[in-house]
Amino acid sequence: MPSSAVSSPPTVAGPELSAEPTRRGRRARRGMLGRPVVLVDGVRTPFGRAREDGLYASTRADDLVVACVRELLRRTEALPPERIGEVAIAATTQSGDQGLTLGRTVALLSGLPEDVPGYAIDRMCAGALTALTQTASQIAVGAIDLAVAGGVEHMGRHTLGADADPNPRFLAERIVDADALVMGATAENLHDHDPRLTKERADAFGVASQQRYAAALAAGRIDEDLVPVGVWSPQGWGLATADEPPRPGTTLEALAGLRTPFRPGGRVTAATSSPLTDGATACVLAAEETAAELGLPVRMRLVSYAFAGVDPRVMGLGPVPATHRALDLAGLTMADIGAIEVNEAFAVQVLAFLDAFGIDDDDPRVNPDGGAIAMGHPLAASGVRLAIQLARRFAADPSIRYGLTTMCVGLGQGATVVWENPHHPEYASVAAVPSTASAPSAEEAQP
Amino acid sequence: MSTTRILVRDVDLPLVEPGRTRLRGGGRMALLTLDNGEDHRRPSVISPETIAELHEVLLAQRERAGRGEIQALGVTGKPYCFAAGADLKRVAEVRTREQALALGRDGHAAYRLLGELGVPSFAFVNGIALGGGLELALACDYRTLSGDVPAVGLPETSLGLVPGWGGSTLLPRLVGVEAAIDIIVDRPAANRPMRPHDAGILDVVDRVLDPADFLASSIEWAGHVLAGQEVPRRAPDGEEEAATILAAARARVEAVWGHTVSPREDGDSRPAQHRALDLIERTRGLDLTRAYALEDEVLADLIMTDEMRSSVYAFNLVTGAKRPQGAPDAALARKVSRVGIVGAGLMAAQIALLVARRLRVPVVMRDIDDERAAAGLGFVAAEVDRSVHRGRLTRDAAERVLASVTATTDLADLAGCDLVIEAVTERLDLKKRVFAEVEEVVDAEAVLATNTSALSVTAMAADLRHPERVVGLHFFNPVAAMPLVEVIRAERTDEASLATAYAVTKALGKSAVGSADRPGFVVNRLLVLLLGRIVGAVERGTPVGVADRALDVLGLPMPPFQLFDLVGPAVGLHVLQSLRAELGEAFPASPGLERIVAERLPIVGEAAAPGLPRRVLPELQEAFGPVDAETALDEAGVRDDVLTALTLEIDRMLAEGVVATPSAIDTAMILGAGWPFHLGGITPYLDRLGYSERLLGRRFLPEGVASLP
Repeated sequence: MPSSAVSSPPTVAGPELSAEPTRRGRRARRGMLGRPVVLVDGVRTPFGRAREDGLYASTRADDLVVACVRELLRRTEALPPERIGEVAIAATTQSGDQGLTLGRTVALLSGLPEDVPGYAIDRMCAGALTALTQTASQIAVGAIDLAVAGGVEHMGRHTLGADADPNPRFLAERIVDADALVMGATAENLHDHDPRLTKERADAFGVASQQRYAAALAAGRIDEDLVPVGVWSPQGWGLATADEPPRPGTTLEALAGLRTPFRPGGRVTAATSSPLTDGATACVLAAEETAAELGLPVRMRLVSYAFAGVDPRVMGLGPVPATHRALDLAGLTMADIGAIEVNEAFAVQVLAFLDAFGIDDDDPRVNPDGGAIAMGHPLAASGVRLAIQLARRFAADPSIRYGLTTMCVGLGQGATVVWENPHHPEYASVAAVPSTASAPSAEEAQP
Repeated sequence: MSTTRILVRDVDLPLVEPGRTRLRGGGRMALLTLDNGEDHRRPSVISPETIAELHEVLLAQRERAGRGEIQALGVTGKPYCFAAGADLKRVAEVRTREQALALGRDGHAAYRLLGELGVPSFAFVNGIALGGGLELALACDYRTLSGDVPAVGLPETSLGLVPGWGGSTLLPRLVGVEAAIDIIVDRPAANRPMRPHDAGILDVVDRVLDPADFLASSIEWAGHVLAGQEVPRRAPDGEEEAATILAAARARVEAVWGHTVSPREDGDSRPAQHRALDLIERTRGLDLTRAYALEDEVLADLIMTDEMRSSVYAFNLVTGAKRPQGAPDAALARKVSRVGIVGAGLMAAQIALLVARRLRVPVVMRDIDDERAAAGLGFVAAEVDRSVHRGRLTRDAAERVLASVTATTDLADLAGCDLVIEAVTERLDLKKRVFAEVEEVVDAEAVLATNTSALSVTAMAADLRHPERVVGLHFFNPVAAMPLVEVIRAERTDEASLATAYAVTKALGKSAVGSADRPGFVVNRLLVLLLGRIVGAVERGTPVGVADRALDVLGLPMPPFQLFDLVGPAVGLHVLQSLRAELGEAFPASPGLERIVAERLPIVGEAAAPGLPRRVLPELQEAFGPVDAETALDEAGVRDDVLTALTLEIDRMLAEGVVATPSAIDTAMILGAGWPFHLGGITPYLDRLGYSERLLGRRFLPEGVASLP
C-alpha cells in the first residue's frame, strides 16, 4: 500500500477542540470528538508459554479473562458494576473456549449484573486495543459511561489461523503474498525491505528486551499489573504469579547459534520474536466526567487513536502510518511523545518503526521495561498490556506529558493510541471544570 | 476406582502490608491436591494408601517447614471435589477389630500432622467434602469454602459409623455441641448435608469465597491470616450448657428412633447415633491423644458390627439403583414427546405434574367428566403455585408447566401420545376398557402403562390388538417425594416398551426396580404382608398396643397402624383381600379391619411432637374384639410372626421370579418403603437373625456381602 494513502489524515476539530482556551476558561484538549475518555485501571494474567506443559495448559481461555475482570472489580471499589455499559473482549480465534461471544460470556462468568451487555472483537493482534478504542468511542459519543475492554489468546489451544479457510483468490489474484499469512516470514521480508534493518540490530534489541524485563521485574514494576490465577495441572493445583516466557540471562553470544525457523539462512530467530503465549488482559475505561463523579482513579486519558493498513507481506510496518494518523489527530508530533510502548512481535518490526521516526534503538522512551520478546505476546490480549505498562510509566514520571501505544497487526495493519498523563502538571481534568448545569448561567453572566 | 493421590506444588504467598497486597513476597505455601485422576463424576475417596501417602507427604513438608522453605501448607481437591470421605469399600473389607482400630489410628496419625507442622495449615474446600473429607479440612488450622459446593457434611451415623478421623472431637470445639449434634446426628438422618449458604457454616469454615476465583482468593486470604489478620472463633460451650444440650439430644434420639435393641442380643441394633453422642460428650476437654483414642475404639466397635456392614450394602444399593438390574438396552427406548394420563384423580394429577416438570413434554389428562378433569388441573395449578411460593420454581418455569398440562373428557385428544399412563380406579374391567379405547386413538407403537398396584398387567393387556406394548409403571404416593418406581414386565411386554418404561422412569428422576407381573409386585406385597400379620395377631387376641410396638426395634419409618392410616384403611383392606385371594392365607383375613373401614373408625392419635410416631388409639381394640390372654402374643412373638412371614414370602417371590435377587427386594424396600440402611433393606436382617437359615436352610446373601465376613 502506498504510504501517501496515509499522509494526510483528516483533521477533526469541533468547536470545543480548538487549540485556544474557551470562554469557560477551560483549556481545550487536543484530540478527537466527543467526551474525554480515561483509563481507570488495567490488569493482566501472568503470561504462560503456549505448550503442552505450559502454565495454562489445563486452564480455559475464558477463565483467564474472568480472572482479570474480577480483579479489576476488586481493585476499584468505587466502580459500580451495574454502571458498566459494555464488556468487549477480543480473541483472534473465536472458537472453543474463546468462542460464544466472549464479552458476554465473560460478563456472566465474572458475576457482573445480567443487564451488562458484551461483545467479542477480532482484529488479530490488535484485538484488545480495538476493544479499547471501540468502547472508548461508545463512551465518547455518550452511549455508555463505563466499559470493560480486554483480550485473550490461549495460543496453546488456538494456533493462529489453524481453523481459518483463506479465500483462494488471495493467492490466485495475488491480492496478498503467500508470506502474508506467516508472521515470521513477514518479519524476514522486513529485513529484506530495508538493508539498515540488520540481524545484529535485531539480536541486540532482543537481548535488551530480556534485560530490561529482568530489571523491571527485580524492581517490582511487573508484579503490580498481574492478577494471580489458580491453575489446574496434572501435578495438582498451582497459582500463576509470574510470567513464564522470559529467558533472563540471554546473551548476544548465545544467540549466534539459533535456528532461523522462517527461512533457511534467515535473520529472524526465537530470540528476536515474541514467543507463542497464553494470557489475558482487561481494563476499565470511563468517561472522564464519570470517573470524577464516582471518584475513580484516572491513570491515562485517551487523546487519539488510529488504525492503518500496509502491504500484508511487510505487516510489521503497520505502526508507522497508524502512528502518523494518530499523532495528526492529536495535533502532536513524535517530539511531544515522552513514552512509547511498542509491541515487540518481532525485533525487526520495532526497529522499522524507530527508523521511520528517527528514534535510536536504545532510546529510553521505548519499552524501558522490556516487551513481548521477553514477556510474550498473547495475540489479541497484548494491546491492553501495552496500555497498562504505559500507565505505570505515567505514574512513575509526571514529567511525561504524552505517550503512545502501538502495534503491528497480521494481514498488514497498524494500530496506535495516543495517551495523556494525568499526573503531568499541565494536565487539565474535566473534573476541574464547573458542572455543565451551572456553566450556562456563568456564561450568560459574561458580556 | 483409582487411588486418590496427594499431589504437591509450591505456590507464592502474597505479601500483605498495611494498605496494599503484593502478589508475591509473603513466602511459599506447599499446596496439596487430592486427586484420583478421574473426572468430577468420580469423586476422590480416601483409601488406606491415600492416608499413607498423606502421612509421608506431611512428614516431608514438616521438615521443609522446619528448614524455613515453606511458610504455610494448603490442602485442596481436584476440580469440583475436595474429598467424598473414606473409601467405604475398603472399610467394609476390614475383617478384624485390630484392622478396624488401625484404620482409625492411621487416619488420626496423618491428619494430626496438619496441626503440628510448625506452620499454619489451610483447607481450601473447593468441592464436596463429606466424612473423612470434611475431617481432613477440620484437621487444618483454617478453612475456606467455595460458594458453589453442593454438600459439606459428616454422614457417618447414617452408615452406622461415627466420624472417626477427628470429626467427633474437633467439630464440637469449632461449632459448639448443639450445632455439632445437628451435623453429626440429625442432618445425616435426613440426608441433608450443609451448603455454603446455611446459617452456621461460618463456624465450620472461616470464609465462604466466590467460586470464580476461589483458589486465588483463598491463597490471598491465607496471606492476610499469615500477616496477622484475626480469625474469630466461637467460645467453647460451658460445662452445664453442654450437659443440657446433650441430655436434650439423647432424649430426642431416643424418642425419634427408639433405643433399637437387637432381638438377637442385648446390644443396640442402631448404635451409631448413641455412640456419637457419647463421643461428643466424652472427648470434651480431652487432649487430642486421648480424644482420638476414644474415637478409635468407638469406630472399631462400629466397623465390627453387622449393622454397619448392612448400611454400606444398602448405601451401595441406593447409589447403584440409577442403573437398574435387568433393564433392556436403553437404545431400544422409544422417544416420548407427548404423554397421556387417563384419570384425573390425585394419583393421576401427581403423575401429570411430575411428567410435565421432568420430561418437559405436553401432558394430556383425560377424565370422564368436566368436573373431574377440572379438579385434576386444579391440583396441578395449586401444586405449581406452592412451588413458586416456596421459591422452588420460577414464574416462567411455572407457566411452562401449566401451559404443558391440559385436561379433556374426550379420549380422542390422546391421539399422538407416545406414552399413555392409566391411573383410574383399581378395577380390572375398567382398566381393560380404558386401554381398549386408548388403543383406538394412538399409534400402534405407543406404549400403554398402568399405575396399578395390585392388578394383573397381563390380564389388562390380554384382549388388546397390541398387548406387547403394555407395561406397568407403579408410582408410590406421594409421587413427588418417593424415589421408587416399580417397572412391571407383563407376559407379553416387548423389549422396546420395557426399555421405554425404564427410560421414562430415569428421566423422571426416579429409581426403577423391575418386577414380574405378580400380585403386589415387590413393595406392596411385603408391606401389606407385614400389616396383615400385625392385624392377624390382633385378631388372635393380641392387644393393639403390643402389636403396634412390636416392630419398634427394627427402626422402620413408622409403626404399622400409622402406616395403615397413611395409605388409608380402605385401600389397605382392599389390597390385603386381593393378595389373600391370589397368594393365599399367609395374608390373614381381618374382620376387625373391615369394621374399621365400614365404620370409618379413627386409627391413630396425634404425635407427641413433630417427627415422633403416631400410636394406635387404645379404643381401636374394640373393632377387633377383646384381648385373649390365651392366644395373645407378646411383642417378641408378634415380631417373630412378622419376620417369619417375611422370610417365607421373600423366598416365594424369588422362586416365582418376581425379582432375580434378594438385593432387588432390598433396593425396593429401602426406596419404596423407607426401610432403614442398618437392616440392609430386609434380607440382611433376616440373615443376621437366622430366620433364613432356620426356615429355608440357606442365607439370602453370602456372609460378608451385607454382614461381617
